[in-house]
Amino acid sequence: MTLDDILTPRLGQALRPNIWDAVALVLVIGAMVLIVYGGEQTTLPLSTLDTSPVSLDPANLPVYALRTTMRMLLAIVCSIIFTLLYATLAAKSRRAEMVLIPLLDILQSVPILGFLTFTVVFFLNLFPGQVLGAELACVFAIFTSQAWNMAFSMYQSIRNVPKDLDEASQSFHLSGWQRFWRLDVPFAMPGLIWNTMMSMSGGWFFVVASEAITVGNTTITLPGIGSYVALGIQKQNLPAIGYAILTMLLVIIAYDQLLFRPVVAWADKFRFEQTASGTAPTSWMLDLFRRTRALRALTYPFAALNRAFSNLHLAIPQILKAPLRSGPPSRAVDAIWLALIVAGTGYAGWKAYRYMSATLALSDVLIAVNYGLITLLRVIVLISLATLIWVPVGVWIGLRPKLAERIQPLAQFLAAFPANLAFPVFVAVIVRFGLNSNIWLSPLMILGTQWYILFNVIAGASAFPTDLREAAGSFHLKGWRWWIKVILPGIFPYYITGAITASGGSWNASIVAEVASWGDTHLTANGLGAYIALATEAGDFPRVVLGITVMCVLVTLFNRLLWRPLYAFGERRLRLG
Amino acid sequence: MLEVTKETNLLDMRGVCRSFPKGSGEELLVLEKVDLTIHSGEIVGLLGRSGSGKSTLLRIIAGLIAPSSGDAKCRGEAIVGPPNGVSMVFQSFALFPWLTVLQNVELGLEALGVESAERRTRALAAIDLIGLDGFESAFPKELSGGMRQRVGFARALVVHPDLLLMDEPFSALDVLTAETLRTDLIDLWIEGRLPIKSVLMVTHNIEEAVLMCDRILVFSSNPGRVAAEIKIDLPHPRNRLDPAFRQLVDNIYARMTQRPARTPAAEGIQGIGVGMILPHVSSNVLSGLIETLAAPPYNGHADLPILASHLQLEADEIFHLGESLQLLRFAQLSEGDLMLTEAGKRFANLETDARKRLFADHLMLYVPVMGLIRRVLDERPSHTAPAARFRNELEDYMSEEYADETLKTVVSWARYAELFAYDEQSETFSLENPH
Repeated sequence: MTLDDILTPRLGQALRPNIWDAVALVLVIGAMVLIVYGGEQTTLPLSTLDTSPVSLDPANLPVYALRTTMRMLLAIVCSIIFTLLYATLAAKSRRAEMVLIPLLDILQSVPILGFLTFTVVFFLNLFPGQVLGAELACVFAIFTSQAWNMAFSMYQSIRNVPKDLDEASQSFHLSGWQRFWRLDVPFAMPGLIWNTMMSMSGGWFFVVASEAITVGNTTITLPGIGSYVALGIQKQNLPAIGYAILTMLLVIIAYDQLLFRPVVAWADKFRFEQTASGTAPTSWMLDLFRRTRALRALTYPFAALNRAFSNLHLAIPQILKAPLRSGPPSRAVDAIWLALIVAGTGYAGWKAYRYMSATLALSDVLIAVNYGLITLLRVIVLISLATLIWVPVGVWIGLRPKLAERIQPLAQFLAAFPANLAFPVFVAVIVRFGLNSNIWLSPLMILGTQWYILFNVIAGASAFPTDLREAAGSFHLKGWRWWIKVILPGIFPYYITGAITASGGSWNASIVAEVASWGDTHLTANGLGAYIALATEAGDFPRVVLGITVMCVLVTLFNRLLWRPLYAFGERRLRLG
Repeated sequence: MLEVTKETNLLDMRGVCRSFPKGSGEELLVLEKVDLTIHSGEIVGLLGRSGSGKSTLLRIIAGLIAPSSGDAKCRGEAIVGPPNGVSMVFQSFALFPWLTVLQNVELGLEALGVESAERRTRALAAIDLIGLDGFESAFPKELSGGMRQRVGFARALVVHPDLLLMDEPFSALDVLTAETLRTDLIDLWIEGRLPIKSVLMVTHNIEEAVLMCDRILVFSSNPGRVAAEIKIDLPHPRNRLDPAFRQLVDNIYARMTQRPARTPAAEGIQGIGVGMILPHVSSNVLSGLIETLAAPPYNGHADLPILASHLQLEADEIFHLGESLQLLRFAQLSEGDLMLTEAGKRFANLETDARKRLFADHLMLYVPVMGLIRRVLDERPSHTAPAARFRNELEDYMSEEYADETLKTVVSWARYAELFAYDEQSETFSLENPH
C-alpha cells in the first residue's frame, strides 16, 4: 500500500458537498452570528443597562437566553484553560502539589455565591463604567462553580497515567509538550468531559443567580434569564416566570444536543480500554457532521494545525529538565519550601484576623456558627428525606432497563435545570398560604440537587449484576432482607456519589434558598445562607467573610468526617466487579 | 555488520547496581554488580525469576531509571535519559488507545521531527514488514492481542533502532499467538530484514530464551546477579523437540533450581527467618500440586519442564509453587526435579481436617513469621494484634509490596490451617476462629 492509495479516495470525494453539508453549514453560520451579536453587547457602557432595562416581554427571552448561554460558554472556556494549567502544575511538580491540591480541596467547599460579593466590586473597579466589568464578575462566578472539580479530575488522571504508556512516551523521545497533548490530555479526556458536564449542570444555577445581584449600594442587572426572573419576582408576574422556565428548558436541551452529546460521542475514543465494550454513546449532531463531505474537508487544515501545535518543539531549558535520579529528592529544599508556605499562610491568617477583628467580636463568630449548625441540620434532614424518597424509586426504576433508559436522561436533565428559576413559584405559594418560612423555605435547598441522588441510584441499580439478583431470587430473599443484604450494598457506592454532590449543592443553594421574596414580601429562614445573603445585600464585608469561612469549615468537616469515610468504605468493600 | 562496531560495543554495562528504598527507609539492593556487553548482530536474552532485577536492568538500559552505581554506556556514551538508537517493545504493548495503528507507529517518528511524507512512507513500510497491512486505520482495542503486539513491534522498528529492547514481549499472549509472533520475528531476523543491529530481550520463559537467543544471561534473585552465561549455537530455525534443544532447556532448569551457595536460607525463598518473602500461593493450589505429584505418572517425583508443560504453567510459576512446597517441607527441589517428602506423601492421603492439622504443624515449624504472630497473639491478654505491628517488622527486611504480599500469604495460609483469624476491616489478627 502506498501513500496515494490511502489519500486519493478520501480527498477526491471530500470536495464534493452533499446534503448534510447544507444543514451543517446553516448551524455553523448561525452559531457564529449569535456569538458575534452577543459579544457586541458586552462592550457597551454600563449606563445602557439603565436606559434599556430588562423587560418582561417574552419576545426578549431568546436574546436573554443567548446572553446567558454566552456567559456559560465563556466560563467553561476559562475553566478548561485553568484546568490544563493548574492540574498539570500540581501533577508534575511535587512541591507545587503540596500547596495546590489542599487549596483546591478548600476551594471546592467555598460557597460560590459568597464569592460574588468581592468579585463584583473587583471587576467593576477593573472596568469602570463598562458592562464588561459586570459581565466578567458574572462569568467569574460561574467559573468558580465549574473549575475546581474539573481541575481535580484532570490532576488525578495525569497522576494515574499508566506506567507503560509513560515509559513508551519517554523511550520514544516525546518532548514534554508532545507528551502533554499526546498522552496526558487524551488520557484525562473522559474524566474531564464528564466533570465538565457536571460543572455545566451546576453552572446554570449560578449564572441565573449572579445576573441580578445587589452588593451594598451597587445593583447589577445583566440582561439574561436570571434578571428576567428577578424582575418577574418584583412584579409578581407568575406567567413571566413560566416563560423563563420554558426558555431555560429549551436552552438546556439545545446545549445538551448540540454541544455535549457530540463531544461525548467524539470523546468515546479516549476511553482507556484495551477491548471494545458496551455500547458507544451516539449523537445525531456528530453523525451529521461526520456525513458531511465539504465541511469535513474544511476541518483537515485544523487537524493538521492541531498536529503541528502538539508537535511544536518547545525547547525546555536544560535546568528545568528533571534528570534521572536514583536518590530521594533533596530534604533541604523541601524544608525551605515548607517554611515559605508556613510563613505565607501565617501572614495571610494574620491579615484576615486583623481585618475581621476590627469590626467583629467573638459573639459574632458564635452567632455565625449557630446559624451554620441550623443550616447543617437542614441539609441533614433534607438529604435524609430525599434518600428515603428517591432510593426506593431509583431502585425500582433502575431494575427495569426499559424504564431506566427513559427516566435516566430526564433525571440528569432535572439536575442540570437551575432550580432557582422555580423558587418564585414556591415562594408565591408560601406567601399565599402564610406558611412558616423557617420550614417551608428549606425544601428549596434540595429542589435542584435531589436529582443527583435519583440518577446515581438508577445507575447503580441498572448496573447491579443479574446473576446476583437471580441468586437472591433463588434463595427466596425478599422484603427487608432483600433490601439490606442485596440491593442497598449493591447501590451504596453510587448512592454515596450522588449524596455527596447533592449535599454540596444544597450548601451552595442555601444562600439563595433561605432568603426569598415575592413582590414586596420578603421571607427569611434562619440559617447561615440567609446570614451571608443579608450581609451581601448590606455590603457588610467582614460578616460575609465570616459567614463564608464558617460555611467552608462546616462543609469541609462534613465531607471529611462523614462523606469521605463512607465513600472509602463503599469503594473498598461494596464496589461490584 | 560485525566488523563496523568491533571497537565500540553497542552496549556496555560495568558493575551496575541499583537499589530501591525499603519500607523501613533503608535501601533494598535489586541489582548487584551486573556486567553486560552487547555486540552487533546478536540476540541476547536476560532470563530470570520475577524479582531478579532483569526488568530493572532493561529500564536502566532504556534510560528510564538511573543506576545507583556503576557505568552504563550505549555506543560509548553514558546513558542519561533514553538513548538515541534504542527502542522498546513492552509486555503490555503500551499502545495509545486513542491513536490508530498508523498514528501509533508514526508517533516515534513525530518525536524525532521526521517530516510528514517520509513519516508516512516509513510507517507504512514498518506496518507492511510486520504483517499489519490493512489494519492501518484500526484502533488498538479493535485488534487481538497478537496484532496489538505487532503494532508494538512496528512502532519500535520504524525508528530504525540499533538496539531493540523487548520486555517479556510474548508473555501477555496466548501460547499459539506467541509462537507465531516469535517465529515471524526470527524469520525476519535471519533474513536480515529487520532494520536493527541487535536485540536484548527479557524473559522468564526458558524455552523462549533457548528458541530465540544467541546468548542467555541467567539471573539469580535477591539481589539480581548474572549467575551464568550460556551460548546457544543451535542453527535457526530451532526445533523444540530436538534433543540438543531439550538438553539445553533441562540444563537451565537445573541451574535455576540449584541452591545458591551464598544465601544461608537456601530454600529458594528469598530472605531468612521472619524476613522471608512468601509468594502468594493459595493453599488450594498447593494441595492440588501435592496430589498431582503423589499420583501416577509422577509417583512422588517429577521433572520440572514436564510438570510445567503438563500443568500449563510458566517456569516462573512452577518455581514459586515448588519453593513454597519446599519451604513447608512437603517437597524437595533439586537439579530441575521436584520430589515429595514423606510428609508430602502423607498429606496426599489425608482427609481435609487431618491435612489442615499437618499443614498447621508445618507452618509453625518452618515459617518463622507464623510462629511469631501466633506467639504474640497467645501472649496478649486480648489475643488480638494489629496487622501493622507485623507489617512494620516485615518492612525492616523487604519492600512494602513484598511485605503486603507476604502478609496476604500469611493470612490465607493461616485461615486454611485455622491457626488464627484475620479481620480485613479492622486489619487485626486474633485467635477467635468462628466455628
